[in-house]
Amino acid sequence: MEPLLLYPDPPPPELAQALDLSGYPWKAVDSERAATRHEPDDGWAGAIVCADVDSDGAFALCRALRKRDIPLEPLLLLVNGGQLADLELRDDLFDDFCLSPFHPRELEARLKHLFWRTGRGTRPELVEYGDLVLNLETYQAAIQGRPLDLTYMEYELLKFLASHPGKVFTRETLLSRVWGYEYYGGARTVDVHIRRLRAKLGEEHANYIQTVRSVGYRFGQSRWGI
Amino acid sequence: MERQQDYVLRTVEERGVRLIRLWFTDVLGQLKSVAISPAELENAFEEGMHFDGSAIDGFSRVQESDVLAKPDPNSFELLPWDRTEDVSARMFCDIINHDGSPFEGDPRQVLKRNLDRARERGFSFMVAPEMEFFYFASGDPTRPLEPLDTGSYFDLTTADVASDLRKRTIHMLEAMGIPVEYSFHEDAPSQHEIDLRYSDALSMADNVMTFRLVVREIALEAGVYATFMPKPLGGVQGSGMHTHLSLFEGDTNAFYEAGDPYGLSKVAYQFIAGLLHHAPEITAITNQIVNSYKRLIIGYEAPTYISWARNNRSALVRVPLTKAGKQSSTRIEYRAPDPACNPYLAFSVILAAGLRGIEEGYELPPEASANVYELTPEERAAEGLRALPQSLSEALDEMEQSELVAETLGEHIFEWFLRNKRNEWMEYKTQVTPFELQRYLPNI
Repeated sequence: MEPLLLYPDPPPPELAQALDLSGYPWKAVDSERAATRHEPDDGWAGAIVCADVDSDGAFALCRALRKRDIPLEPLLLLVNGGQLADLELRDDLFDDFCLSPFHPRELEARLKHLFWRTGRGTRPELVEYGDLVLNLETYQAAIQGRPLDLTYMEYELLKFLASHPGKVFTRETLLSRVWGYEYYGGARTVDVHIRRLRAKLGEEHANYIQTVRSVGYRFGQSRWGI
Repeated sequence: MERQQDYVLRTVEERGVRLIRLWFTDVLGQLKSVAISPAELENAFEEGMHFDGSAIDGFSRVQESDVLAKPDPNSFELLPWDRTEDVSARMFCDIINHDGSPFEGDPRQVLKRNLDRARERGFSFMVAPEMEFFYFASGDPTRPLEPLDTGSYFDLTTADVASDLRKRTIHMLEAMGIPVEYSFHEDAPSQHEIDLRYSDALSMADNVMTFRLVVREIALEAGVYATFMPKPLGGVQGSGMHTHLSLFEGDTNAFYEAGDPYGLSKVAYQFIAGLLHHAPEITAITNQIVNSYKRLIIGYEAPTYISWARNNRSALVRVPLTKAGKQSSTRIEYRAPDPACNPYLAFSVILAAGLRGIEEGYELPPEASANVYELTPEERAAEGLRALPQSLSEALDEMEQSELVAETLGEHIFEWFLRNKRNEWMEYKTQVTPFELQRYLPNI
């Protein structure tokens, strides 16, 4: 599992301890820039932002994380009793909150529930969608049990798409998130790899990857059923 | 790079790969392969596989000849054949010197260097070749060539061997991640065409190498012979490798411009001008064997004069119609190359010629007015039409004087290529051909 983002840096010692005890890896950051700089290859697993220490900085960071092309989720906010009023009109900035001082068992239960809802973290080694299964530990992908022969970049692209079903990504976003470095083909590389992936998924499953006209690509059905 | 290597190592383990084939290409475009076992893989990634470069065409140098093949983990692919026996996989390699610097004789790195130059200007170079080839009953040069069918352009030949071969070839290509756009029976008997879907030039050069192997393998399995020789049969069309070209700036096709009568941008016009201007110099690379020039003659839809046009198949550069709403597919087609070329070097010189046109702001002459085959020599002269080189020897003369080609290929390959090809021409010249005997013996 990729680490959780914690704010601020250093985080409250009781928070760090609670996460260590429940087995969640984490990394603390003190700004949006640090959040981008230290982001793991596969993105943050989620974020815990303590608003009870520096509330302005905390909400600014939440806003930045949620305004990304792919909003960071799940995001758990820690607030003290006096700050409950501050949550008003900020519902879009977090997925759940927890009152500080928190009970470690409550924190763990809330995290577990958040990860269940966003489909991440429960079984971090597998990504499943329909007939497709990706094993992130062995780098193997299979469809209906038939292993797919993928190149590294095809595998990475499929993993990224299948981890975010229903979301539409532009070519530029895919290039920066999946390739992450300048490649000879530029943004058109994405089209080339999508075409290859569809060929390897086979006719029956090629439509797992949908082209969204004049925008980019989406894995699986849209969340809104269109 | 770490993760890519890890991916390869894990996949080799998980899929029970027994043999990893390290592929690279010599200066003349021959695919070379060294097989290693999984145990050696980690070392190959870290240090490269040591071999004696002088054993390979164009790799030899006077003083030192030891070089290293370093596999590119991005090109790792399981080979769909050999499945019944041992599972094997391949990776393309870069050839490096012992000090880690790129080896000057490695065509793949020549292309990388030229793509880097294009990227410095903000361009990525996309290519899509149309691969033509013949099937014959046998590859034995001492026997007359025997085509498998007598079909012609777009003929739907039913249930014949060749259509089945083509179908199996396409399945294999798709399984190897080489998407096919079209395929059909070409004009000549037993001649076929498979058009590859565009890709960045480096992946495509790798694809062309794989393609030639796959076509041959599948033919061999069926007991027939496939050849990419440009002109195996006199009197019918030869095999070309018409190559569609475009430059992209990020997500935008840099060749497209709304409102232009041809839908082309200034960049596209200058690129075409560069290609036309430098065409004679780069022909030795795009058409590198004696036989190549038997294809570049009047009357068989191969280019002979240096011209461009929208829909005239005698032109050297053709601007295909772009479907409405498909601006991103705006492209030009360079019609000289043949499938016997080294794709790494051919794509390099084509790109360099086009980029030179952009850098120097070359003016594009007007579109060819008519079918240039039908013009009289006087009319051609009036239009200022220059001819492509008529023979390998002429093409080498042009290349030898080209500062552009020397710079593009690097001195090592430039000199070796000229020396090697001059020898090929000298050997050809020593031959007394059946033409000469039939024509002269009875009368002179």
